[in-house]
Parts: sequence; structure tokens; C-alpha cells
Amino acid sequence: MAIEFIDIVETSLAGLGTGSLMALTGVAFVIIYKATKVINLAIGEMLMIGAFVFYGFSASLALPIWASVPLTLAVSAVIGGVIERTMIRPLLKDNPVSVFMVTIGLTSVLIGVVELIWSAEPRRLPEFLPSQPVIIADAFIPSKTAYSFLIAAAAMAVLITVFSFWRGGIALRATATDRAAASSVGIDVPGVFSFSWMLAATVAALAGILVGSVGGISSAMGLFGLSVFVVVIVGGLDSILGALIAGLFIGWLEAMVGRFLGGEFKLLATFSILLVVLVVRPYGLFGTHEIERL
Amino acid sequence: MRVGTAKESYAADEGLFKTDTQKVWFGLLMAGLLLFPLNGSNYWMFLAVLVMINVISTTGLNILTGYTGQVSLGHAAFMAVGAYTVAFFDGRFDTPVLLNLVLAGAVAAGIGYLVGLPSLRIKGLYLAIATLAASVILGFVFLNWTPVTGGLRGLNVPTATIAGIELATPDRLYWLVMPICVVMVLAAKNLFRTRVGRAFIAIRDRDISAEIIGISLFKYKLMSFAISSFYAGVAGGLWAYLFRVVTPESFPALASIFFLAAVIVGGAGTIVGGIFGAVFMTLIPEFLKLSATALVPWFPDASIYLAPVRNIIFGLLIIGFLIFEPMGLAEMWRRTRRYFALWPFRT
Amino acid sequence: MSPLHPAAPVRPPAARLDVENLSLQFGGVKALDGIDLNVAPGSITALIGPNGAGKTSAFNSISGFYKPKTGTVRLDGEDITAVPARDRAKLGLARTFQNIALFRGMTVLDNIKLGRHAHLTAGVFDAFLYWGKAKREEMELRAEVERDVIDFLELDHIRNVPVAILPYGLQKKVELARALAMRPRILMLDEPVAGMNREETEDMARAILDVREEWGVTVLLVEHDMGMVMDISDHVCVLNFGRRIAAGTPEEVRNNPDVIKAYLGSSGDPRRAAEGHAPVGEVA
Ligand SMILES: Nc1ncnc2c1ncn2[C@@H]1O[C@H](COP(=O)(O)OP(=O)(O)OP(=O)(O)O)[C@@H](O)[C@H]1O
Ligand SMILES: [Mg+2]
Repeated sequence: MAIEFIDIVETSLAGLGTGSLMALTGVAFVIIYKATKVINLAIGEMLMIGAFVFYGFSASLALPIWASVPLTLAVSAVIGGVIERTMIRPLLKDNPVSVFMVTIGLTSVLIGVVELIWSAEPRRLPEFLPSQPVIIADAFIPSKTAYSFLIAAAAMAVLITVFSFWRGGIALRATATDRAAASSVGIDVPGVFSFSWMLAATVAALAGILVGSVGGISSAMGLFGLSVFVVVIVGGLDSILGALIAGLFIGWLEAMVGRFLGGEFKLLATFSILLVVLVVRPYGLFGTHEIERL
Repeated sequence: MRVGTAKESYAADEGLFKTDTQKVWFGLLMAGLLLFPLNGSNYWMFLAVLVMINVISTTGLNILTGYTGQVSLGHAAFMAVGAYTVAFFDGRFDTPVLLNLVLAGAVAAGIGYLVGLPSLRIKGLYLAIATLAASVILGFVFLNWTPVTGGLRGLNVPTATIAGIELATPDRLYWLVMPICVVMVLAAKNLFRTRVGRAFIAIRDRDISAEIIGISLFKYKLMSFAISSFYAGVAGGLWAYLFRVVTPESFPALASIFFLAAVIVGGAGTIVGGIFGAVFMTLIPEFLKLSATALVPWFPDASIYLAPVRNIIFGLLIIGFLIFEPMGLAEMWRRTRRYFALWPFRT
Repeated sequence: MSPLHPAAPVRPPAARLDVENLSLQFGGVKALDGIDLNVAPGSITALIGPNGAGKTSAFNSISGFYKPKTGTVRLDGEDITAVPARDRAKLGLARTFQNIALFRGMTVLDNIKLGRHAHLTAGVFDAFLYWGKAKREEMELRAEVERDVIDFLELDHIRNVPVAILPYGLQKKVELARALAMRPRILMLDEPVAGMNREETEDMARAILDVREEWGVTVLLVEHDMGMVMDISDHVCVLNFGRRIAAGTPEEVRNNPDVIKAYLGSSGDPRRAAEGHAPVGEVA
């Protein structure tokens, strides 16, 4: 059976759609890493909790979309802030291994909470994206994929603008470069820590809403985080640009592998890439390679 | 006052158990282990065997994470390797039990060694990610290498048979698992009385100065990976003999978190810590099950909440101990003992 | 004779160190710019210079942490520039760090024992059994470390204390002890008395002199305390902005106009510091 060109194009476009969501979640990861140097293993679960909060507002409470989305983002910001303040901050001065393990514990807690409230059953989010499929040239793209790509792209454009020009974004970058120096020029470093977790939780929740509206939600959807992990390692833990490019690439790759080799090969392919990158270029494509000071 | 001039006192000071109190505790523990089967309850025997399997596995992870400072997110996958190895050899070739267990450890150690290889280039938490990748890839192999692993359906495991005696029930299996557990835990304790164990701790504490005193980070990290996986492999092999079936679902990712939690809760970097942690973490779900049953008159569907509550508790234990008692139960135990040693007001 | 007490401690002969044309760059910063350094066997040589002069960078290049851009490092005439850091330990190159680099989770005794790591041979199987070789080796190690290092540096009272809770001065001393346990032929000390009070400083200076006397090792040290440098060193080498600006006896260096200029231009005058032994204004 010959692989048809149009099939490749459609699969690629669908993959870029998923990839944009990986990129968005990857950006959330990078924000946390930049500000607090925490490798957040629970990023997929933060995405999941955002999706379920949205489900709570839009399905259980049947609020309209224009109210549910901002409410979800606000609640997620609060959750992110609470996590930072209660679990991360007490250990930030300790070694990075402890904080990392805290995020592992967080994974387990968030899955438990979701299953406790909503059970482990998969659910569907209310339809809110236009259902008219998008056709580019001859290629057919499911509408949800297309619109979530656009929304993710818009969100990232906003984030990047904010980081470049707004004072808070500059404070975040300053903290990322040198905490002591940032603090000495009057930047509220603990505030930046809190802010970064709140912002990341918000971004992850937005990604969660989009991922959920495409593929439904369940307590296992945090697995999406596994691919995001690969994205940030490949792109470089502290590089927003890296997350964008690697996100699109990994999304595309998973789609192609899934379509032409079979779904079970998806994670195998991405994680093999991960291993290669770890060995060949451990700090990723765009990450900062830090020289160790003695 | 410990005086270190006469050579006899060095020998005592370098002993496996440094004080008489420790020797007494160890004697009591041994006596307890020998007498425990007298309780005659199948449930308790099952639990005892499970606890000891988890003690072996937790001790293995403790060597890697607690002592060498390398976080592994794939420990359960190495147990699975051991379990599949036992199922494969015993089922296919009917090889002797002890050989199968050694093979289980060796195969797991070999794979652990491979997973550690990236540590030539990468360090710190990147390595944890490599272990995550390894466990995903191993999961793929279990599911798809059907001729060897039985694919989705997995493999059945024959009854462990030693010298014609079938160890079909937990009360018999106990006499296989218990001695192995004791030997492996003591071996781990010995390890940290020598240069090898000290090198592990050095890598955890300060890998730059480890290098300056001539420790090859690469060699010892790999060794730690291999040893840790060996323990996991043997534990997985015993697990296979206990549950008699191995499938790709037998060791989910959550199981790796379980063992990390056991190390942290028990006390990373102490051998007793690994024991405490494994016992405690194995008993929690059992305790929850009992509570759920007790609650049924009031909440008829209490048991639905079992799994989520367990997840929450595991997670909170990890977080709580890291924040409030990073040295774990072992440290609480030490404090308690000291309190009673000083009681009343002795100094 | 009991195997636990070998006749005499192993005292390998002092080594000679020669560094030639060493350069090292961090991005745009030339941390080292073609420096030469010769350390005679059995001498105490001091490497001094204002902050950021490149002293620690020189140490790191000599001990193999940084890969210099140009230059060679020779130990007893043998070129070791390409030898990895961990293998230099066995050659007798031992050092301490400016920012203490002890194993914080371990006791003083274990830290010191670790110094001997490269000279021990027990493998992992010996270790599991703690039988035969592993046991014998550990016993010998303990006896030697007690006699040659712990007694010598008077660390008896703290041998079982975790290093993390020790005061700074003692930690520095434990680092010296660990370096001694490495059976050094050349001992490199990066600011051994920084942050110490006068008493601790004198104590450490005496220890360094004793080490040279009794162990017969070569000592290369970096230090800002000019009093101590002038007192104990045989030879002084001065760096500034990654270049060697002077070398000679303490007396020669002290009166070298370039050196005076370098110090006046930055942190202070070496002569003033040397004469007073203590910063001006402090009553001795
Ligand atoms: N890892 C590194 N990355 C970048 N620059 C470095 C690094 N280590 C040292 N430098 C730079 O190299 C120069 C020399 O530093 P070095 O630490 O060798 O000085 P030093 O003489 O030991 O100073 P001090 O007396 O303050 O310890 C300085 O400009 C320093 O900022
Ligand atoms: Mg320095």
C-alpha cells in the first residue's frame, strides 16, 4: 500500500495541532524551571486538574464558556500559588532532588484528588469550538485540532510579548539569570517564584482545556505530560523557543509514528529521541549549558 | 567515651552493629522473624512475604537514590524485568528456583547498567529522566515482545519448588523469601562499611570532590544502578513466585512512586530506613482496606474511594516527610530511642 | 608485627610541579594568560594575587577540572596535562577547595577515609561480604588514618561528628585531613585560613609547617593572608589579571614595584598586611 501524499499532509497538520498543545504545556514547564529551577514532574497533572476544573464549571455547573474559561484559569492560578507556597517554597533552599521528589508526590496527590471527586471514568467536555472542519488546500483538518492550534498560538504570542516587555516578565528573566542580583536590585524574588507557578498553572490549565476538548478528559490524561517532558528536554529546560520548536516537532513525530507504524510506537519513538538527545546534547537544542563553578 | 587507641576498639567500632543495643535489637528481630509463622494466619503470612519482597526492592532503590543520590523513576520496571525473567526460565526450562532468582537479579542488573550508561554524559535529574525513558521503553518491550513476555496476557509462573517441596502458599514461601531478605539487607549494610559504599555517598554529597579524591563517577554510578536493579530484579522474581502471574500491568508506573515513597518515608540513606519505609508503605493500603470495610455501614461505597485515597496519602507522605522529616521514620525512631535512653534525665 | 600496625607510615617522596604557559578562557574572560609556575620538591610555595587574579583557576587547571587552552602541567617531569582529574589523586596530587567541598552527610572519620579511596582495592563482592580483603583493608585503613591523620591534626574529639555541624575552621581542617589521607606528594591548599580568626590561623599555619616537616610533602598554597604567606613560604608567585607579574622569595616579592602596584590598585598593600599580620585597626 503506497502512502498517499495527502495522508502525510493531513497527519502532519494534525500532529502540529497536538504539538502546539505540547509546546504550550512545555512553556508552562519552562516558566517554572526558569524562575525556580524546579523540574516539575507534575506538569501533566496540573494540566489535568485544569481540565477537570473546567469540566466542573462548564458541565457540572453548566456555566457558559465565556465564564467557565476565566474562572478555570483563575482557580488554576490559585492552585498553582498554593502548591508553590506550601510544597515548593519550603524546600527551595534544599537540594533540587528533594523538590523534584515533591513534584512526584504531587503527581500522585493530584491524580487521587481528581479520582476522588470525578472518579476514574473518562469524560467529555462540552462542545464549544466550531465544528466545521477546516480545509487547507485539499487537506482536511478536524476543527478542534485547528482551533486549538490557533488558540495555543495566540496564547504563546501573548506570553512571549508579556515576557519581553512587561515589568513582571523582565523580573522573571532577571531572577532566572541571577537570583542574588535580582534581589539586590529590588526584585521581589519570592514573589516571582509564586507568580511563576501561578502563571504556569494557568497556562497548563488552558492547555488542559484544549487537550480535553480534543480528546476528552480522564484521570490518566496527565500522561500527556510524558510527551511534554520529552519536549522540554529536547528543547532545553530553560528555553521558551526550544519548547515551541520541540513541541511542534514531537507532536508531528508522534502523529506520523502513530499513523504509519501504530499507536503503541508513539511513546517508544519519542522516548528513544529523548535518550539520544540526553546523550548527545544533554542541555537540549536551545538550553543554556552551564559551566560548573567550583 | 569511645577511645580509639587499642586496635580491638577499632574492630568493635567498625563492626556491623556498633553497640550492644543494636545487637540486641537485631537478635529480637531475628527471633521475631523465626517465630512469626506461628501466627498461622494465611493473610498475615501473605502480607509478611509481600513486605519482605518490598524491603528487598526498597533497599535496592535506597542504595541508588538514598545513598548515591540518583533518583530513579523506573524502579518498578526493573522489578518487572526480574519477574518476567523468573516466569520465562521457570516456565520454559524448569530451571531451579535459586538459579532463576540469580538470573532475575542479573538480567535486571544488566539492564540497569545500560540505563546508567548515559551518566557518562549527564548528571543530576537528567538521569532521572533517562530512567523514566527506560521504563517507558521496557513497558513497550513487555507488551510487544510476545514470544518471550506473552504480550498483553503475560506469563503464568509455576510454583516455586525447592528439593521437591512445593512452595505454593505464603507460609511456605516465607522460608524462601525471609532468608533472602535478611541476607540481602545485611549485604547492603556491609556495602556501606567499605570504600564502595563510601564512594556512593561521596557522589551523592559532592560529586566534584568525589572526583578529586580519585572516585570515578561513571564507574560508581553504573555500579550503583546495577546493584539497585539487582535488588529490584530479585524482589520481582520473588514477587512472581508469590503472585504466579506476570503481565504488563503488574508493575505500573505508580509502583515506582510507591518505592520512592518508601525510601523517603523510611529514611533515605539508612538501611533501617528502607526497612521501615517498606513495611509502613505496604501496610498502609491494607490499613485503608480495613478502614473502608469498617466504614461500610455508614458509607456503603467507601471502597470506591480506596484507590484515590491511597494515591493521595502516598503523595502527601512523600511531600510531608520531605518537608517536615527529611530523614524519615529512621530519624524519628532514633529520636525516640534517645529519649528513652535519657529517661529520666540521665545524660 | 600485627598487620594492623605496619612498621612505618607510607611516606612517598615529595613531588616537583612545573606548569608552563598555562592559558584558560571563560567566554571573553582570560582567567589565565600563559602563566609559568615551578614548585620545588619539599618547598612551600605560595600563589598570591588580588581577587579574580586567576589563582583558583590555576588550581583547577592543575588538578584537572578545567581543561586549559594551552600549556602543560608536569609532575616530577611527567606530562599529566591529559590525565583526568580522578586519576591525578593516585599520582599524589591532593587539594582542598576555596569553598569547602566536604561530604556533608558523612562523619569526619568517613570523610577522611574517603581520601584513601584510590589506594584501596576491595571490589563490590568483597564489600557485600565484608570478609577477607575488604575487612583487612578497612581495619588497616582505620588504624593508619587514626595514627597518621586524626592524631596528627588532633581531630580525635570530633571523629564521629557529621561534618555539616562543625564550625568553619574545623571544616577547613577536616579538608586538610582528607587531603593528607590521600598520601599526597604535593598538597594544594586554596585559601586554607580564609575566614579564620588569628588563633585558628596560627594553628593552621603550624599544621602546614608540620605536614611539610613530618610528611615531607610539597605544599602549594593560595592565600590572601599576607602575614601567613610571608611567614611560612619559601617561594612566592604573584598573579594579576591572569598573568604572572612576579616570582621569588617572600622578601623579593614584597619589594617588587609591580606587586605593590597590583595590590594598591585593588585590595590593599601586601607590605602593610605582612607587617601587621592582621588588618589595621585590630588589636592583636
Ligand atoms: N566557571 C567560571 N565561569 C566563568 N568565569 C569564571 C569561572 N571561574 C572563574 N571565572 C573568572 O575567571 C577569573 C579568575 O577567577 P579565579 O576564581 O581563578 O580568581 P581567584 O584568583 O581565585 O580569586 P579569589 O581570590 O577571589 O578567589 C575571574 O574573572 C572569574 O570571574
Ligand atoms: Mg579563588
